[in-house]
Amino acid sequence: MTAPLDKIRNFSIIAHIDHGKSTLADRLIQHTGGLTAREMSEQVLDNMEIERERGITIKAQTVRLDYKGHVLNLMDTPGHVDFAYEVSRSLAACEGALLVVDAAQGVEAQTLANVYQSIEHDHEIIPVINKVDLPAAEPERVKQQIEDIIGISTEHAVLASAKSGLGIEAVLDAIVALIPPPKGDATAPLKAMLVDSWYDPYLGVVILVRVIDGSLRKGQEITFMAQGTKHLVDRVGCFRPKIEQLDALGPGEIGFITAQIKEVAQTNVGDTITDTKKPTTTALPGFKTVQPVVFCGLFPTDAADFEKLRDSLGKLRLNDASFSFETESSAALGFGFRCGFLGLLHLEIIQERLTREYDLDLITTAPSVVYKLLLRDGTSKELHNPADMPDPSTIELIEEPWIEATIFVPDEYLGSLLKLCQDRRGIQKNLTYVGGRAQIVYELPLNEVVFDFYDRLKSISRGYASFDYHQIGHREGDLVKMTIMVNSEVVDALSMIVHRDAAEARGRHMCERMKDLIPRHLFKIPVQAAIGGKVIARETIAAMRKDVTAKCYGGDISRKKKLLDKQKEGKKRMRQYGNVDIPQEAFIAALRMGDAN
Amino acid sequence: MNAPPDESLALYVHWPFCVSKCPYCDFNSHVRAHIDEPAWRDALLADLAAEHQVTGPRRVHSIFFGGGTPSLMAPATVGAILSAAARLWSVDEGCEITLEANPSSVEAARFAGFAAAGVNRVSLGLQALDDAALKVLGRPHDVATGLAALDVAQAHFPRVSFDLIYDRPGHTVAAWEAELTRALAFGTEHLSLYQLTIEAGTRFAVEHAAGRLRTPDAETSADLFDLTQAMTEAAGLPAYETSNHGLPSRHNLSYWTYADYVGVGPGAHGRRGGVATVRHRKPENWLAAMAAGDGIVETQALPPATRATEALLMGLRLTEGIDRAVFAQRTGVALADAVDGAAVARLADLGLIEDDAAGLRLTRAGRPLVNAVLREIA
Repeated sequence: MTAPLDKIRNFSIIAHIDHGKSTLADRLIQHTGGLTAREMSEQVLDNMEIERERGITIKAQTVRLDYKGHVLNLMDTPGHVDFAYEVSRSLAACEGALLVVDAAQGVEAQTLANVYQSIEHDHEIIPVINKVDLPAAEPERVKQQIEDIIGISTEHAVLASAKSGLGIEAVLDAIVALIPPPKGDATAPLKAMLVDSWYDPYLGVVILVRVIDGSLRKGQEITFMAQGTKHLVDRVGCFRPKIEQLDALGPGEIGFITAQIKEVAQTNVGDTITDTKKPTTTALPGFKTVQPVVFCGLFPTDAADFEKLRDSLGKLRLNDASFSFETESSAALGFGFRCGFLGLLHLEIIQERLTREYDLDLITTAPSVVYKLLLRDGTSKELHNPADMPDPSTIELIEEPWIEATIFVPDEYLGSLLKLCQDRRGIQKNLTYVGGRAQIVYELPLNEVVFDFYDRLKSISRGYASFDYHQIGHREGDLVKMTIMVNSEVVDALSMIVHRDAAEARGRHMCERMKDLIPRHLFKIPVQAAIGGKVIARETIAAMRKDVTAKCYGGDISRKKKLLDKQKEGKKRMRQYGNVDIPQEAFIAALRMGDAN
Repeated sequence: MNAPPDESLALYVHWPFCVSKCPYCDFNSHVRAHIDEPAWRDALLADLAAEHQVTGPRRVHSIFFGGGTPSLMAPATVGAILSAAARLWSVDEGCEITLEANPSSVEAARFAGFAAAGVNRVSLGLQALDDAALKVLGRPHDVATGLAALDVAQAHFPRVSFDLIYDRPGHTVAAWEAELTRALAFGTEHLSLYQLTIEAGTRFAVEHAAGRLRTPDAETSADLFDLTQAMTEAAGLPAYETSNHGLPSRHNLSYWTYADYVGVGPGAHGRRGGVATVRHRKPENWLAAMAAGDGIVETQALPPATRATEALLMGLRLTEGIDRAVFAQRTGVALADAVDGAAVARLADLGLIEDDAAGLRLTRAGRPLVNAVLREIA
């Protein structure tokens, strides 16, 4: 038995990190009896350790709530721009949204991007001014901000404090009253959207679906229209948030299915699910396969961990088909993987999970973006790794990806922030003031952002600036490959593609960093940055002058020998280039540009 | 392959007690209010006898009393140990018999007694010719007392050496030049000139880690080392080992050429017949173990590869380097097999090492880099 359409409300929650999205979700669950107080652990929906720590959602989660005879489906969407496509599919599965804004902090850049997406989906948006019981709360000012910046009415805004439970009932009532019920045809052929999927060790791949027309039931043979594959449904259900098995999901409903699928790579977000025997004629619009935009090399610190790294990446990919990996070898770092990610946060999350959950020590090479090369012979190619850059004489032109960035920043940091954007080849598109804050819109080359833009932004603004971006296509750029040579040998892991105008400064910085990071050797070591054959920066590491144990008698020779053995062991862990031992910390530190430029 | 039994032995006797513990010292030294000297003497005699059981009849070419502070021993105790050694082994005519001494007036008063007991070489712990520096180093004597003790030593012993510690906190090239000039003028046949090393487990290590003790930077430290080499060469006391200058100590050469040596007393190490010995470090534990029959805490037969590495890291400290034939004889490994030939060739190209038919030795440029060289070639 499925719920009648007019009793269903599907909604998502839009909020900036820390504005209380998860706490609000928890309260809604608790209030509607989904879990007893005893079963509630903080932030039920964020399952992964990393999600909890960072306060972000990586995979879409959903929970079905019963409230005054209605079925409310709460969709918790990934909160970060790296997962923009997943966000858009989650939003497409809803008819409305709660816009949660912190009563003290106000609207942030990231909130803005998601709320605009929600508006594009023609959602009914209910503002929820959260944390109104904080001393610094200014609900009226925040309401005004929402009307001014976002341009939506705050007539039905709810004042709430998710933490203390204030206004929860009002939020639920507003959902029932204001968000329109879904439309759909129970008698039409099955048409459902694949919203998200993840790997569960007991159930296999779990697929989150929103049914548009028809119904999904156990035992049904279904087809993924874009993928062109067929599967037999073996479970249908919903989350409350505990799993509840159902006979079927009808039009307008959100729930899950399992169909004995082993890998999430077989399930594409946005795909249309239909009945194999009685298929729909039109697939849902908006399907696309997501492409990685940021690439980097991941190498095990200990070469013996290569297979373990391969296994771990494979396991992570079971649950996250949006990153890619293929083997790569570097003279400096040995064997590792070239990995592609949806963005920098995505990269960091994968790297952190490998370190934490799989106990791997990793070296991450400089992140790179995807360049498009047009060669003189008329062919074109995509470049994911600076090491694969062809001979410049064969290149007609290079295009690099650009983004449009929206930044909110308190007035006092605006000057430094504008300088940062200018230094990173930014083009200012807009600058407006709202209250004490500026909203600036810049077009920026993505390769200037992947380095350390976000860290710089945060440090310049003491953490107060917020930042969001979306890609706006490739543009031609005067880009060159810069190599770093140590003792006249190219260190492949340190090669990078940079704009010609920035090359000298960055090259000088890299040489200075390496000079500090490489210990003195028995001979002097030139460290050079070069473009093609031309050296653009140079530093010299002086030869070591003295390394001697003053006192060494018969006494304890074994102790001296142990010390020597230990030092030789340490030497083995370094990477050798032209007889120079480079400590691994040097690679990591050099690539973390820190206060570059 | 063990050292041939007809090779002579070096004999080391450890006296673990000091009046006070110096903040830089990580040697096996201990401060005790009461020392039952006859008991310690008897235990040392028993330890010698036990070693003799293992070595059998061998010639002895050197005897060294180290510590701790062996000049705190009664001359009669020293005499008893030397008599026992002479009974047990065949002590060479003109055997080098060294005793480490603190330059206090109390100890200087015993120098005649030590000489009468048979000591013919003394190594005096002057450490600095600067009262402020002596204070920092935690030494109980001042410069005047130290030099008075040096006078007494030169009057009683045919061979005298003294120790100085340089590269001290705040040490400058100019100050060390003046200090070393003065030291060289005393006309001793031998000098031990050590750069201050911050050793783990010492009070200096704690102070250093806390940032309260600052040693000279790497450049100054290298300048000080270079100056030391130049000045001692000019004065006719060139380095024959990293920190030792002048007429070599036969005893210490035994260590650096990997000859057999017997070590008795608390914490003493020995290498004889390819076997490494370690004795109980804490004096009371050693004494108790001796009463039960044996002061040894560990005996380990060293495989040839280990002996080769040990011989390499000791031998490269010598200015004359490693003698190919002696090395093979004492370790059972050919010198060429004990080193990474490619690394040696590379370092030879850099002018840091010389590799020829006679053996392997560091050049003047390579000697201050002995640890780094060993990391490359060992």
